[in-house]
Amino acid sequence: MLEVVQLTAGYGGIEALHGISFDVRPGEIVTLIGANGAGKSTTLRAISGLIRARSGEIRFKGRSIANLPPHEIVGLGLAHVPEGRMVFSNLTVMENLRMGAYLQRDKAAIASTLGQVFDIFPRLRERERQSAGTLSGGEQQMLAIGRALMGRPRFLMLDEPSLGIAPLLVKSIFEQIVRINRDQGLAILLVEQNANLALRVSQRGHVLETGRITLSAPAGSLLADPAVRKAYLGGH
Amino acid sequence: MAELVQQLINGVSVGAMYALIAIGYTLVYGVLRFINFAHSDVFMAGAYAGLHVGQRMGGGSWAGGLVAMLAAMAACAGLGIVIERLAYKPLRERSKLTVLITAIGVSMLLQNLGQLVFGATPVAFPETLPATTFTAGGVVVSSKDMVVVGFTVALLGALEFVVLRTKVGTAMRAVAHNHQAAALMGIPTNRIISVTFGLGSALAAAAGFLWAYKFPRVDPYLGVMPGLTAFVAAVLGGIGNITGAALGGLLLGVIETLVKGSRWSTWTEAVTFVLLILVLLFRPAGLLGRAQAEKV
Ligand SMILES: Nc1ncnc2c1ncn2[C@@H]1O[C@H](COP(=O)(O)OP(=O)(O)O)[C@@H](O)[C@H]1O
Ligand SMILES: [Mg+2]
Repeated sequence: MLEVVQLTAGYGGIEALHGISFDVRPGEIVTLIGANGAGKSTTLRAISGLIRARSGEIRFKGRSIANLPPHEIVGLGLAHVPEGRMVFSNLTVMENLRMGAYLQRDKAAIASTLGQVFDIFPRLRERERQSAGTLSGGEQQMLAIGRALMGRPRFLMLDEPSLGIAPLLVKSIFEQIVRINRDQGLAILLVEQNANLALRVSQRGHVLETGRITLSAPAGSLLADPAVRKAYLGGH
Repeated sequence: MAELVQQLINGVSVGAMYALIAIGYTLVYGVLRFINFAHSDVFMAGAYAGLHVGQRMGGGSWAGGLVAMLAAMAACAGLGIVIERLAYKPLRERSKLTVLITAIGVSMLLQNLGQLVFGATPVAFPETLPATTFTAGGVVVSSKDMVVVGFTVALLGALEFVVLRTKVGTAMRAVAHNHQAAALMGIPTNRIISVTFGLGSALAAAAGFLWAYKFPRVDPYLGVMPGLTAFVAAVLGGIGNITGAALGGLLLGVIETLVKGSRWSTWTEAVTFVLLILVLLFRPAGLLGRAQAEKV
């Protein structure tokens, strides 16, 4: 589904990713774990085209997408829910969702996707006419995910979906993430602070340390790995 | 009393044109966060475009005048889009100061081009639309003022429809809020920025046309004062806020006309800038603007 090969990227004079390689297979949930500043968000930004890939290769469904403009990458079926949610707080919930379907032409398909999104996140239906800025953090995260789903993606990248959200809502959002993956066969790349929770729903994980992938393994063995537990899972 | 009413009508009419210009400043500020100082010269170009098409239409008819105005709007929409593509787009990643200085440069370039193409001497603007005056209760009303206000109301209604009810208008608001998030929705942000420049420039051209219709004399520096006043109007209303820009324009038009009709008339222009300074000091977000944290 997604192959990243020797990717480097950064900001101005700084290189934040020093040639990382990893992949995500169809139907899979994969977690990218790493400390604050390791380069997780940078990885997602380079894949979705928000920042330039300085070298290396990014292939999506076999096609090279490195340095395509972001709106074309979205059009190929790759969605990115950014860190901090970035909902359009000046737009209503419904307008946000409609923007998610910006590239969709088929009205009937848009309506049916909207029904699915409301089915996954019923709260959004209740708040349809409300300005997105008035939603709680958890509801904004639902909107950010729902908005991404409106583009009918084949692959979804979620950057810290649990950040700053009440624990009860985090649990419910994760249940929905698993459900989307299971029902729609949507491949998911998950970046999470809460690595424990993320690895439990994932098949595999990649460990990112200051711009380099140091370990790639099935989620179960990462959960059991003493070094990983010590560094990222707050365990012993 | 009759004189006051007459001045109010005049003020609303001038204010309506300020409103049309001010909206262009505010739309562009919304999507790119800078003041497009060349906007006032697009207004000037609109007046000249209206003049040249109007002459060919053989003036004084509604259809001819309307065609001249729409042609001016279309030409200036194109001009605005070209200016953005050539001058501002290459600077997307640069500091706002760089873009601001470039805008001032583009403004001077347009004024000089105006001189070169149209000549430096003022020319008379033809009677593009029918015009009469009539008296009601001692007040002499020019049909020009009614035309100006009527066209402005229609244009503002059309703009409101586009911005609030259409997909491209919603995308404009999305881009204004966050470029990256908009791009992640599949919105081609550069195209939306072009549309925004086109819309703002078309409104400036309509204002230029109406201005020259009311004050029938056109020169390459025509845009300087109305442009500056409309910029103040946009700040007054809360830069980035469309309704605020319209109200700011109206307010400044009325205030300016009242001052001009009083014994402090020599202070007319100063009053505008005193208002700007007062707003910046006491309500920097403008009359309708909400204090909003600058995005990082
Ligand atoms: N907009 C930016 N400008 C400059 N440096 C940045 C920017 N965003 C992130 N960085 C730097 O890039 C590195 C990786 O950051 P990031 O990808 O956000 O890490 P993570 O998401 O893993 O916490 C860090 O050193 C960070 O300081
Ligand atoms: Mg991050």
